[in-house]
Amino acid sequence: MEGVVNSDIIIIILATGIRLATPYLLAALGEMFVQRSGVYNLGVEGIMMMGAFAGFYATLQLGSPLLGIVISLVIGALMGLLMALVSVTFKAEQGISGIGLYMFGWGLSGLLFRLYVGGITSVEGLKAIKIPFLSNIPFFGPVLFDHNGLVYTAFLLVPLTGFILFKTSWGLNVRAVGNKPEAADTLGVSVVRIRYQCLIVGGMLAALAGAFLTIGQANMYADNITAGRGFIAIALVYFGRWSPWGILLGSLLFSLADSFQSMVQVLGINFPYELAVILPYMVTIIALAISYGRVWAPAALGKPFQRGTRG
Amino acid sequence: MAENIEHLEMCGITKRFPGVLSNNNVNLQIKTGEVLAILGENGAGKTTLMNILYGLYQPDAGKILINGKPVNINSPREAIALGIGMVHQHFMLVPTLTVCENVILGLSKSFLVDLKTATQRIKEITATYGLAINPDAYVWQLSVGEQQRVEIIKALYRGANLLILDEPTAVLTPQESNELIELLRNMSAQGNSIILISHKLHEVMALSDRVTVLRDGEVCADVLTRETSQEALAQLMVGREMAACQRGGTFSPGKTVLEFQDVYAQGDKETEALAGVSLTIREGEILGIAGVSGNGQKELAEVIAGLRKVTEGKLYLNGKESTKMSPAWIIQQGLGYIPEDRLHVGTIPSFSIWENLILKDHHLAPYAKHLLLQNQVIMSHSSSLVEKYGVKTPNLETPTGKLSGGNIQRVILAREITRSPVALVAAYPTRGLDIGATEYLHSKLLEARSQGIGVLLISEDLEELLSICDNIAVLYEGRVMQVMPVEEANERILGLLMAGIAEEAS
Ligand SMILES: Nc1ncnc2c1ncn2[C@@H]1O[C@H](COP(=O)(O)OP(=O)(O)OP(=O)(O)O)[C@@H](O)[C@H]1O
Ligand SMILES: [Mg+2]
Repeated sequence: MEGVVNSDIIIIILATGIRLATPYLLAALGEMFVQRSGVYNLGVEGIMMMGAFAGFYATLQLGSPLLGIVISLVIGALMGLLMALVSVTFKAEQGISGIGLYMFGWGLSGLLFRLYVGGITSVEGLKAIKIPFLSNIPFFGPVLFDHNGLVYTAFLLVPLTGFILFKTSWGLNVRAVGNKPEAADTLGVSVVRIRYQCLIVGGMLAALAGAFLTIGQANMYADNITAGRGFIAIALVYFGRWSPWGILLGSLLFSLADSFQSMVQVLGINFPYELAVILPYMVTIIALAISYGRVWAPAALGKPFQRGTRG
Repeated sequence: MAENIEHLEMCGITKRFPGVLSNNNVNLQIKTGEVLAILGENGAGKTTLMNILYGLYQPDAGKILINGKPVNINSPREAIALGIGMVHQHFMLVPTLTVCENVILGLSKSFLVDLKTATQRIKEITATYGLAINPDAYVWQLSVGEQQRVEIIKALYRGANLLILDEPTAVLTPQESNELIELLRNMSAQGNSIILISHKLHEVMALSDRVTVLRDGEVCADVLTRETSQEALAQLMVGREMAACQRGGTFSPGKTVLEFQDVYAQGDKETEALAGVSLTIREGEILGIAGVSGNGQKELAEVIAGLRKVTEGKLYLNGKESTKMSPAWIIQQGLGYIPEDRLHVGTIPSFSIWENLILKDHHLAPYAKHLLLQNQVIMSHSSSLVEKYGVKTPNLETPTGKLSGGNIQRVILAREITRSPVALVAAYPTRGLDIGATEYLHSKLLEARSQGIGVLLISEDLEELLSICDNIAVLYEGRVMQVMPVEEANERILGLLMAGIAEEAS
């Protein structure tokens, strides 16, 4: 095997990369809406943990991964609502509230797992859906068209969120609220309502990203299953300059590097192992360092809105 | 769409902020087709009153009647629905959106944004009133005058027939101001009512039918424009007679304190903003920089303050080269700077008045000793400055951003002048100031001059330049057209030079 890289291995690396990109895409697209409206939610990781547990537990109890998804969406919406209450209504410092939300999600999901499940239990998760005809295309078929529903959803969300953000009235309101809330307010756009909506949508997508990990990939729940992916998703929003296509690019870059490093380990490809493991993180940090520019950020990011304050 | 506003009345409006009574029992009325001007010193409560009418603030007492019926205006949305539009003192546009998107923001009830129909309607409006604008341009690309037009279109698009304009000409060039006045005349002729806040009395005289004067939050006069005069209005506003400042004493300049040698610099959009500027400013001299804004004035001031890179050429401050020096070094060498954006560059809005007053010297004696701030010294120093410079404020702890424009300018002036700089750069220092404050600022600049400070005064107001400068340089497209002693200058010559016409002028 040593030194041999045939097309099967490339297919596996690419297909795995696509699959691994899913949680990043879901969480980052959600966070994109949140930040576009002028709030940053650092609690994505905590919401993902709650979503991961809720999806897993509902599937375990109800025997249906679809119901698992629905339950995790509800939990995500509630977590988003909580963040909105704290950071929009009570105007708490957003960074601190986000960290708080993360710790809350982390503690609660772990506690619930120990109380109601305890040990390693596996569930019957989502099945791969082979797209007829397309999955038979050589090379592209297995890479692109042999995944479960959440993978397709995540990728379809890229053009869809772009459309929502740039072509719909709601998207226009979101962009205005995140850049100049006073202006939106003087035109009768409710800054508070838009930020609530974005945080709820962001929470749902983060929870979905978590559910993907338990019922779309591992088919079980383990402590710390999210492994910092929520934080990486936040970095990807900056990397992608708050645009769905940029986020897609970042997610793929990161997940392909990740898939490559795992294949290096599994197949024993001749590549320094230590380097392979840090590769995805290195790629992200380098990409962030060269791409980050304040110019692209929503101007009101991180600033609570209060009508009638000057300056 | 609601019925047209035939008659609007605000009765007994009172509004209190912590420590200030901003409006006290104010009455005001306007009928259709009328242009009402609101005059008053900085901090008199004009903006507050208009924000109440537009639903941004709730009055503590008083009511609003439209066509005789009382109405409640709890939010801008309700004001818009009643046919009220407002152009704010600080523009309310989203820079990252296009003109068209800004105009329709908050209006569209449909799922998709219909930019096509909107563009069409914007074109109709611009044609009716003769407002030239490209609906697809991004707002950040527009000049200040164009942004103003977008604000007006925004109001008209919403079917406003009462338009409030809060100091619309404060940031416009003289030419843009004239265009705006023409437009407003046209609008009132078509049956719209207009409420205009302005500190420029000649505009008020030219445009308005009636004038309401506010002083310390109360109405002190309500007169017909044709029955009054500029002088009478000025007196009503400040409550005393005004005398325009004149340059006194002989002009005896000392050694050079600030020198430009063939300086080049880039603007924000990476175009050449300064293209070989050479100037000298001496002790005890006020050098005026005339020119239509956008011809390099902003960059000129920033280059001296060390806030913008010089790409070519040299700068000298007090005899030492300052071309590549940091702002901190330049400040310590004795440069005073009154920036164009007084709220965000000149002060830190959320800092208290005393903090802003010692901002540049907080680490030096007598304000600091062994790493600690000397509160007693600072407080007594600050309160004496606040008194001497007449800053209107509830107390020293008030965040500077809560002060009115004129009072923020006084805080900056107090800080910059008491540091006894060798040179003082003032960029549009009287923008948005009332006539009392303007007069005061002029007297302070002249005082600085008599103390031997070299002053560089950037202004669009030719009257101002002609009355207090010793020499005037005209800046056009990043170049100095000509430097001349004030005795040789007049508005016509300067006007021609500002338009880039050199031969005929000389
Ligand atoms: N949001 C606020 N919070 C606290 N004080 C305020 C607020 N808005 C206005 N004030 C105070 O109310 C007074 C009136 O301010 P206002 O802005 O109405 O004055 P103005 O007449 O518009 O002055 P200018 O000519 O400088 O624009 C000032 O003393 C100001 O400090
Ligand atoms: Mg005002």
